[in-house]
Amino acid sequence: MTNPKPDGRERSIVISFYRAFKSFGTAIPTLLGVVLLLGLFLTLVSKQFIASVFTGELFRDTVIGSAMGSIAAGNPITSYIIGGELMKEGVSLFAITAFIVTWVTVCVVQFPAEAAILGRRFAVIRNSLSFFLAILISIATVTTLMVIQ
Amino acid sequence: MKTKRDKYHGFYFLLAVISLYLILFFFCPEKVYDSLKVSGDIFIRIIPVLFLVILFMALINYFLHPKTVEKYVGKGSGIKGWFFAISAGIISHGPIYVWYPPLKDLRDRGMRSGLIAAFLYSRAIKIPLLPLMVYYFGALFVTVLLLYIVIASLIEGEIVELIERKAKRIGISSFFLLL
Repeated sequence: MTNPKPDGRERSIVISFYRAFKSFGTAIPTLLGVVLLLGLFLTLVSKQFIASVFTGELFRDTVIGSAMGSIAAGNPITSYIIGGELMKEGVSLFAITAFIVTWVTVCVVQFPAEAAILGRRFAVIRNSLSFFLAILISIATVTTLMVIQ
Repeated sequence: MKTKRDKYHGFYFLLAVISLYLILFFFCPEKVYDSLKVSGDIFIRIIPVLFLVILFMALINYFLHPKTVEKYVGKGSGIKGWFFAISAGIISHGPIYVWYPPLKDLRDRGMRSGLIAAFLYSRAIKIPLLPLMVYYFGALFVTVLLLYIVIASLIEGEIVELIERKAKRIGISSFFLLL
């Protein structure tokens, strides 16, 4: 099976798969390292520890929520469950929103992989922006809810 | 051009993580066993996604010429580019790190960095998990939050491009030299 290129030459599906495997293969050590780090994180950092760091002060909790979500890793379902538990504990919705947003947008554990594959400058800029945007999103979301309700 | 250090960066990183495991093994071997078990479970869970990503990369390689990528997500893609990047981010599946290699491939073929940032940010919207999110936080909260996440994806993409344009215009600043 071949697909013509704009210059008239043809490319084979087999070569395309070979290139995909080769390209992905170079990322495998980094991905394995990230998976092993995730294992360590999920074993050593408990949900109770995450809940214990909130202070009750609105702005500080929002920043702490953003920071905890950035450091935390794993399935987003876990962030919803922890967020739900934190809400029951009386933690502000600002902090919980920042926490669940940075959980998926800021990648501290995955940072080495992102920096190695997409470039260190890109990874630093993207993760820093995501951290601050999560705080802004939490303020905007909760304020909007207050206005609507 | 890739330096030797860049080429082996992944191996050095993996070696550093293995070393960390070995050090921790002397202090709390049972935690290390638990971590390995958790890592093994994660790895088994992501295998189907890895195959999906390799298939996706092969299809990019086969069907997408740099000119096509340029047209849809390249410099002149405009609103269409943002739409494609954010929609793809929302529907993309699996952990974020498995998407780095195909995004790098797409960038090498002309995809804008801002759109890569928007793609990665919009992954915060997980369609299959929406019912659970609604269960915990309510439909109104989820609707408002999702709207702001889409807006933030656009803002982040624009700022990433703005910074890159400025960096190119003024040359490499001392800040970027540090990075």
